[in-house]
Amino acid sequence: MTFESLPPGLILVLGAFLLPLLRGRARGGVALLLPAIALVQVWTLPDGPALSVGFLDYRIVPVQADALSRLFATIFLVMAAGGALFALNQRTVVELSAAFVYGGSAVGVAMAGDLISVFVFWELMAVASTLVLWSAGTAQAYGASLRYVMMHLAGGVILMVGIVAHVNATGDVSFHAMRPESLGTWLILLGFLINAGAPPVSAWLPDAYPEASWSGMVFLSAFTTKTAVYVLIRGFPGAEILVFVGLFMVFYGIIYALLENDMRRILAYSIVNQVGFMVTGIGIGTEMALNGAAAHAFTHIIYKALLLMSAGSVLYMTGKRKCTDLGGLFQSMPVTTICGIIGALAISSFPWTSGFVSKSMISQAAADQHLASAWLLLTAASAGVFLHAGIKFPWFVFFQKDSGLRPADPPWNMRAAMILFAALCVGIGVFPEPFYRLLPFPVTYEPYTVPHVLEMLQLLSFSGLAFFLLLPMMKRTLTITLDTDWIYRRLGPQLVRLIGGGLVAVDRTVRKTWFLGVRNVLVVAERLHGGRGIFARTWSTGDMALVTLVLLGASLAVFYF
Amino acid sequence: MVNASGAGGKKHWLVRPSTIKGLWVGGIAFLAALVGAGAFVHGHAYFEVDGSFAFYAWYGFATCAAMVVAAKGLGILLKRRDDYYDV
Repeated sequence: MTFESLPPGLILVLGAFLLPLLRGRARGGVALLLPAIALVQVWTLPDGPALSVGFLDYRIVPVQADALSRLFATIFLVMAAGGALFALNQRTVVELSAAFVYGGSAVGVAMAGDLISVFVFWELMAVASTLVLWSAGTAQAYGASLRYVMMHLAGGVILMVGIVAHVNATGDVSFHAMRPESLGTWLILLGFLINAGAPPVSAWLPDAYPEASWSGMVFLSAFTTKTAVYVLIRGFPGAEILVFVGLFMVFYGIIYALLENDMRRILAYSIVNQVGFMVTGIGIGTEMALNGAAAHAFTHIIYKALLLMSAGSVLYMTGKRKCTDLGGLFQSMPVTTICGIIGALAISSFPWTSGFVSKSMISQAAADQHLASAWLLLTAASAGVFLHAGIKFPWFVFFQKDSGLRPADPPWNMRAAMILFAALCVGIGVFPEPFYRLLPFPVTYEPYTVPHVLEMLQLLSFSGLAFFLLLPMMKRTLTITLDTDWIYRRLGPQLVRLIGGGLVAVDRTVRKTWFLGVRNVLVVAERLHGGRGIFARTWSTGDMALVTLVLLGASLAVFYF
Repeated sequence: MVNASGAGGKKHWLVRPSTIKGLWVGGIAFLAALVGAGAFVHGHAYFEVDGSFAFYAWYGFATCAAMVVAAKGLGILLKRRDDYYDV
C-alpha cells in the first residue's frame, strides 16, 4: 500500500493518536496540518477504485474517488480544521482526538467503495462521536452519551443485518444506487435514516448534541447527519419515500425549534430541519435535486458550524445557554454577533449567502418535476427557517431584553474560526461558480435572476414581519417539549418500575408461601422425631412385638387378596 | 460599536426607543418597496398559485403565522418544565 492508496480518512484517524502526545502550539499545528494532508490526498486520487483488498470471499474497496466522494470528503476535512482552530482552548485533549477519529471516519465513509468499508467507518463514527459527547465531563453529558450510543449501535445493527441480507441475496458488496425493494435494502435505508435524524427517532439529536462542550457540538453538528445524507445520495437517489420523510423532518425541526428555550437545542432542531431539505431533494432524485442536496450538505456544514461556534462562544464566555438568561450581548460581543447573524442569514438562504445558492436548487427541482405540494411545503419551510433559526437565534441570544451580561468576544482563535467560516458563507454565496464545479452533476442552474432574488427577499422579509408581530406568542419560558425520547426516558423506566414492582410482589408471595410450607414440614418433623417425638422415644419389647405382629398380619392379608 | 454601558448608563443607540421606531418605519417601507417591485418583475410561475400578486409576501407571512400558532398549540400539549427529566 502506497501513500497514494492510503485511505484519506485514516490520516485523521491515526493522527488523532498523536495529538495527546503534543502540547500547546505543536498540538494546534498538527491538528491543522492533518486535515490539510488528507485534503491533498483526496484531490490527488484518480477517479475510480484506488485500493482494493480481499476480505473473506469479497473484494472490498476502502478507497474509491469520484466527484460526490470528493465533495463530502473536502467539507469534512475543512470542518475538522475549522473546528480544531475553534477548539484550541479546550482543556481536554480527549475531545479533539475523538473528533479527529470521528471526522476521519466520516471521510472514510465518503471514500468507501463497498458496503463493508462503509459499515466499519460508520461504527467507528458512532464510538468516536460518543467520546466527543462524553468528554464534556458533566453528568448530563454522560447520560446523554449513553442514550446516544445505544441509539447508534441499534442503528448499526440494523444496517449490518441489512448489508448481510443484501450481500447474501445479490453476492455484491459494492456500494452503488439501490432501490428499497428487498428486506436487505429496506434495512440499509433504515440504518442510514436513523443517523440522518429521521422520524420517529429524530429526538436522539436534540437530546444529545446540546450536552456536548462549547466546542464539542461544533464537531458533532457536522459529521453524523451529513454522512447519512451522503450515503442516501449514493445509495437511494430517487427513493420516493424520502420526499415524505424529508418534508416531515423539515416541519418537525421548525415547530420544535420555535418552542425551544436552549439556544443550542434550537440549533439542534434546525439540523433536523436542514437535513430534511436534503432528504427531500434525494427523494426527488433528479440531477438538479441531487446536486441541490449535495450542495446544501456542503454549505450547511459551514453555516451550522458557524452558528454553533457563535453559540459556543456565548457559552464559553458566559456559561449560559438558555434564551431566558441571555440577551443584549451584541453590545459587548460584536464579532460573535455579526458572525452569528451571517450564519443565520446563510441558513435562511438569504441572497448573497451560501444557503441561497444551494437550497434553491432543491426547490427548483420540485418545481421542474411539477411536485406542487412538495414545492409549496418547501417554500413555506424556507420561510419557517428564517423564523426559527434566522431571526429567533440571533434575536433571543444577542438582542431582545438586556440581560445585563457584558462578556467580551472570545479569544483570537475562536474569533478567527468564526470569521473564516463567515467568509466562506458569503464567498460561496457571492461567487457560486467555483463551488458549483465541485458538484456531482454539471450545473445548469442560475441562482441570481432578478425575480428569484426578489421572491426570496419577499418571502424572508414577510417571515420576519410575522416574527416581530407574533413575538408576544413566542415569549421564552423555562420549558422543554416532549418528544419520542419520552418513550425511553420516561415510559420505559416507569414500565420497568411498574412491572418490576409487580414481579417483586409475586416473588415475595411465592417465597413466603414456600418458606411457610418448609417451616410447617420442619415443625411436624420436630414433633415426630425430635426430643420427645413419638419416633424418638425408646419403645418396650412388648410394644415392638405387637407392632411386628400387626405388620405381619397386614402383609399376610395383602398377600391373600 | 462596543459601548458597554454599565447599569444606569446611557442605552446603546441601537436599543433606544427612537432607533426602534425608526427601524419599524424603515422596515415597513422596505416591505412595501418589495411588494411594489413585484408589480414590475415577473418570475416564471410553475403552478397557478405562485403567479398571484405578491405571492411570496403573503404566502411567507401566512405560513409563518400558521407555524407559530401550530407550535403554540403543540406546546400546550407537550411543554414541560425544563427539569422534567432531572427529577
